This record gives sequence, structure tokens and C-alpha cells, in this order.
Amino acid sequence: MMVKTLLSGFGGQGVLMMGHALAHGAMSAGYHVTYLPSYGAEVRGGTANCTIAVSNDEIASPIASEPDHLVVLNTPSLYTFQNRVARGGSLFLNSSIVSVESSRHDCRIYKIPASEIAEKIGNPRTANTIMMGAFLKVTGLVPSDIYLHSMEEVMGSKKKTIVEINRRAFAAGYDYLKESL
Amino acid sequence: MKKVFERPKSMKKNIFHYCAGCGHSIAHRLIAEVIDELGIRGVLIGVLPAGCAVLAYNYFDVDMIEAQHGRGPATATGIKRALPDRVVFCYQGDGDLAAIGIAESFHAANRGENITVVFINNAVYGMTGGQMAPTSMLGQRTTTSPGGRKSLLDGYPIQVSEVFSLLPGTSYIERCTVNSPASILKAKKAIRKAFQCQIDGRGFSLVEILSPCPTNWKMTPIESCRWIDEVMSKTFPLGVIKDLPEIKKKGDKRHDG
Amino acid sequence: MNKVLMQGNRIIGEAAIRAGCRFYAGYPITPQNEIPEYMAERLPEVEGGVFIQSESEIAAIHMVIGASAAGVRAMTSSSSPGISLKQEGISSLAACELPAVIINMMRGGPGLGNISPSQGDYFQATRGGGHGGYRTIVLGPATVQEMADLTMDAFDLADQYRIPAMILADGMMGQMMEPVVFKEPKPRVYPESLMMRGAGEGKSKIIRGLILDPLEMEEHNWTLDRKYRVIAQSETRHEHYKTEDAELILVAYGTAARIAKGAIKRLREAGLRVGLFRPITLWPFPTNELREFAKKSENFLVFEMSTGQMLEDVRLALQGYARIGFHGRPGGVVPTPIELTNVVMHQYDRKGGVIEQYQ
Repeated sequence: MMVKTLLSGFGGQGVLMMGHALAHGAMSAGYHVTYLPSYGAEVRGGTANCTIAVSNDEIASPIASEPDHLVVLNTPSLYTFQNRVARGGSLFLNSSIVSVESSRHDCRIYKIPASEIAEKIGNPRTANTIMMGAFLKVTGLVPSDIYLHSMEEVMGSKKKTIVEINRRAFAAGYDYLKESL
Repeated sequence: MKKVFERPKSMKKNIFHYCAGCGHSIAHRLIAEVIDELGIRGVLIGVLPAGCAVLAYNYFDVDMIEAQHGRGPATATGIKRALPDRVVFCYQGDGDLAAIGIAESFHAANRGENITVVFINNAVYGMTGGQMAPTSMLGQRTTTSPGGRKSLLDGYPIQVSEVFSLLPGTSYIERCTVNSPASILKAKKAIRKAFQCQIDGRGFSLVEILSPCPTNWKMTPIESCRWIDEVMSKTFPLGVIKDLPEIKKKGDKRHDG
Repeated sequence: MNKVLMQGNRIIGEAAIRAGCRFYAGYPITPQNEIPEYMAERLPEVEGGVFIQSESEIAAIHMVIGASAAGVRAMTSSSSPGISLKQEGISSLAACELPAVIINMMRGGPGLGNISPSQGDYFQATRGGGHGGYRTIVLGPATVQEMADLTMDAFDLADQYRIPAMILADGMMGQMMEPVVFKEPKPRVYPESLMMRGAGEGKSKIIRGLILDPLEMEEHNWTLDRKYRVIAQSETRHEHYKTEDAELILVAYGTAARIAKGAIKRLREAGLRVGLFRPITLWPFPTNELREFAKKSENFLVFEMSTGQMLEDVRLALQGYARIGFHGRPGGVVPTPIELTNVVMHQYDRKGGVIEQYQ
């Protein structure tokens, strides 16, 4: 098994944090994993993206020329990356922000109004975690409990209340989508 | 019979290779006398420049490392930060300090590195054969300014001591010369004060010495000494340029590295 | 087993500190800024730890010289253009026989180039880089785990041979995270008699690179050369992967070797018996070890993120023993395993099992 996921959004939406947590979760679940962020001048324009490769075996390249999954938190990211996704792959859109339709009819498209759900929960900054809840429900890439543990680990010394609200956000995203792969 | 003049203990028994009338040997001796008087030979590390003084380790009987051209203050920084309880000094010429190594010197001074720099300003590149230095006088003829230094083409002589005195990291800066017995005694006092400054943890100290170079100035030693008084010290006025009081604040680790 | 997920650049910083590095000086340059940032945070936490953000790469390497002379394990890091600036000091370290560790996270192109991963500094790293005909030990990690292990080893090798040692990786290795387990560092073996800490009551020491007497200079250079020969004999390291039955062996290091492994999996699925020889020490290059493989296979293909630099070392090892092909892309673009798979298919399989010799 080799699964590559590309996460992308505006800087400040927590894209790198959720990628880091996903990679940490994959490591805790016993997989080989690589995490590669965009860096330098590339990120100065305000966009951020990262690629997480998860495999049973050694990982050759941490770069995804054809990611299996794409998680996008804003519209420019959809335009930039949707055509990279492998045939039959899946796209997860934060539909509160991404109002356009994806042009990929050969992929599964999951629309999650993450920002709206985040508002309801009471912290608009948790949209990223909501997306991860939905993403892991569908893909099952990392078990939820392991992911949540990793998320806490990656958030480090942040306040207990923040961790708590992110747990709720994760559950909300997880419950939003009925199906799984 | 009482011995009134002898070789300082921190000098090796070698004969100087410097030209007749050169200021380096005098500066070397003054530093060695100060080392002896302060009793710091065992805890001292000297950093040598590229230039005529590159072989100074033949004369000083102290631990010495030779730095690449101009990099002395960076090398000294590395040593001092690694060994904050040792005394570290940098011996630099005008090309070394004010041209190729101006960045390293300026920033070591600005960081307030607790080191001592002895800066030999002889307004010329000595070892390479008398080329124009950043401190050459306007109008001074050198092998690379055969028509005399022109401000329009070559800029102005850099007043290192004045410029460095503006940096908050520097604590003590004095400009001296070694062209007469009186000025030599003054220079020794300045060198001693600069080392003491470091021992007291006051930060960057620098003694600039206007030093004769008869060979490259194409003068006799006596003419050279006179030229320092009549020409050089007009652009580079002698005296204490900066002397900050000792930091008294308890637990101040500004210069402890 | 204490596995952590950390970024390559930070791993290097942590491995260095665990190996006893207590002095770091550096200047910001992408893609290695996380090294100075990590050192700025961590070094002051350990006893005797010194971090300096220097005014330039030149100053940084000369500060490292000072700290090394004083007997402290010292390191600097940079990326390609910054490493060019450091060469004066690296030459000086070699001349004065001082240990130090230098990290180069290579980026693309000559001049300022760009910040994308590249392997364009192989020549500079393995041929000494600066003036005067010296060598530095060069280690080329291919995983973040190896970045940790080799950084620790670099300090030991530098001390053992009193030589600068370089970690040669690239922007991708520096930026990516992978799980890492830190190994137990070895205790430092470096005689106090080599440290310049003031003469005390004893004889004074001199550390110098300027030797005016021609015969003395020559003898010094022979001494260095003898040391380099010992290193070349005893310190080569390499990895081989699926070479047992290989009819074609790829030769690649660092990031390129990772990509090669990915390509090998695909090629084997397609029925081609392909393996990998991966030099871990780039200087000394594992020449004899590679030549041994010419007994097993007559086809080799060098793969680099450059237009062909390690290729020269492979030719020195294999010319006359085997056919040598080449595929490379100069800095800026990281080739994919699929691309390399296609190249091998084209150059090897369609030629009836013989590699297309690179001219």
C-alpha cells in the first residue's frame, strides 16, 4: 500500500499543522511516512501546501506527482492541484470557501462546509480539523484515536480548551460524511 | 648591578624580521610587556593577521592562531565564545581590518565581543609591497596609486577608531603612535588599558597605532616618524576616542558569551 | 525505541547537539534556515552551548575555526551559494588540520540559482571546493534517519582525522519529515594537547596554514595527502539494494537514490532485474566496492540531479569494466520514479538488455 495525500490552503488555515498531525498519526500507526511542506518563496504568496506519503514499505519520493487524495481549503488550491490527482482518487473540498465545482468527474468529490461547521462549534480556526475528520472517515488512512493523539502531540503545549474544541471539530467532520471508502 | 631592560618573558628569543624603523616590532614588544605585567600569558590566545605580522608567532611565546586575511575578529569571536574565561586578542593591519575584514571587525565590535584588537595603521599594504590601503592619505603615492590617492577614484582614508566608537558594543578605543619615546609609553598604557578592559568584561576594546613603514613610504625612519606627526595624525588625530565606564550592574552577562 | 517525527534540518541540529556540538555559527539562507533556528533555540539550553548568527557565511566559518581551535565541537550550515563563500575557511580548516562539520543543503543552479533541491555541488564538495588541493569527508544521506546518524558520525570522523567533514544533502531532504530514532553518540576522542586554550605554564602552541619554506610546505602537503589516502582506504561506505540478480545497476546518492529505489520497484514489477549501488561516502568514493559489482553486471546507469558529476567518479571506477549510462536533470526539478523508470526502459530494455553508453 502507498497512499499520497496533498493538503493545500491559505497560510494560517492550519494546512501544515494538519499534515504534520496526519504524518505523526501514520508513524504512530506503524507506517513508513514522509511529510514534505512547500517552502521558501513558494509560501510567501500566502498559500501553503504539504504532501504526506504513507506506505507499508520504504518511500522513494516524498513528492506526489499523482496524489491519491487532495484536501483543499481554498479555491486557488483547487485550481492548482485538482488535475494532479490520480484517476479514481478523491478530493475533499471545504465547500464553505470553495464555491466552484471541481472539473474532475473521474474522482470522488466530498464537499464539507467546514468553515460553517467550525462557526457552529464556536471556533472558526478548527475548519482544518473538521476536514481531517471527514478525510479519515472516508479514507481510514489512520485510525481516529491515533490521529487525535497525534494532533494533541503536534499541538504541543497549547491550551487544553483548544485541544478539546479540536476533538469536537474532528468528531463533527467525521460525522458529517455518512459513507466511507 | 640592577637589570633595567630585558626581553619580556612572553617573547621568544628570535630576531625580528621587520624592516629598520618599522613600528611592528615596537608594538609587539609593548604587547609582550603588558602580557607579562598582567600575568596573562597562560590564559592568552592571540589571533594573527595576513600581512607583515603574519609571522608574529615567531616572536610571541603565547598560544597563537593565524587567521585568513581579515577574518581575525571572527576567529577570535569563536575562541572567546568557546572559552569566555581566556584573554583573546587580535593583531590586525589596515588592509586586514579596514578593507577585506571590515565586515568581520565591524560586527565583532557591534556585538561587543569581549576581545582586544591591536590595529596597526601604517597607511599602506606592507607585505605585498606598498599598495594603497584603505587608510592611505589623500595624495599619498603608492604602487597602486602612482599619481597619489584621489578621493574621486579611491575614496577617503577610513577613520576606523571614530567609526567604531559610534557602535554601542565598543567600550574603549584609543589612537596612539610609536614614533617617539613618549608616544611609545602612551601606547603601552593604552594597550594595557585595552587588555584590562577585556579582563573586566567590558566588551570590545581597540588600540589603533599609527605605525611607521619607512620601506614602503620611501622615507628614512626619522622622516617616517616626522610624517606621522605632520601628515598622518592630521587625518587620524591621536587620543582616547571612547572610554565607557565599567559596567557595575550585578549579573550583567552582556559580554559573558 | 523512541521514534520522533522531525524535519530533516531540525534533525541535523538535534543530532549535532547530541553528538556534543557546542558551537554553531551561521547565516540565513533557504532551504536550511531551520538549522540555525533550531540551534538558536536549543544550544543555549545545553551547558557551554554557543549560537551566533554571524554577519556572513565567511564570518561563520571563521568563527567555527576559532571554536574548533579552542577544542569545541563546532558546526556551520548553509546552502550552495553560502557554501561557496565558506570555501576560504574550509580550505583553512584543512590546512590547519582542524575538525569541523559543515552542512550543505544544496539548491539549484550556479549563481543564486533557486531554492529547489539539486545535486549540483558534488564536484565542489568532493574535490575540496576551495583552493590548494585538499579534501573534506563528504557524507550523502538519503533518509532523514541517515541525516541524524551521519551528522553524528561526521563529528567523530572530523575529530579522528582532524579534517572538515561535510553533510551533502538537498533542500528536499532538509524540508521533509520522516520518523527518526536517535542513536547513542560515541564519547568524544580528541586529545587535549590539540586544543588551543592558553599555554598555561607550558610551551606555547601555533596553529597556522602559512608555511613559507617551500620544503616545509611540500612536506605538509604530503602529510595531508597521506592522511587522505588512509581515509580513502578505510572510510568508504555504500549501500546496495536488490543487486544479487541485477543485470543493470543504477548508481545514485541522496535524494536521487530514493527516487532510484522507487523506479527499481516499478522496473522489477515489469520484469527487469535492476538494482542500486548507493555511495554513502561521496568522498572517499567507494571505487573498489563499485568495481566489484562489475563482476556481477555489465550495465550501470548513473542517475543524478545534475548534468553528470558523480558520473566522473563512476567512470573512474568502471571505465573498461562495464557499460555506463547516464540520466540526470540539473537542479530545480526533482525527477519522479516514473520518469526514471521510463528512462531505463528506453535506454536499457529496448536496446536488448544493453545500456546505452553515455558519451
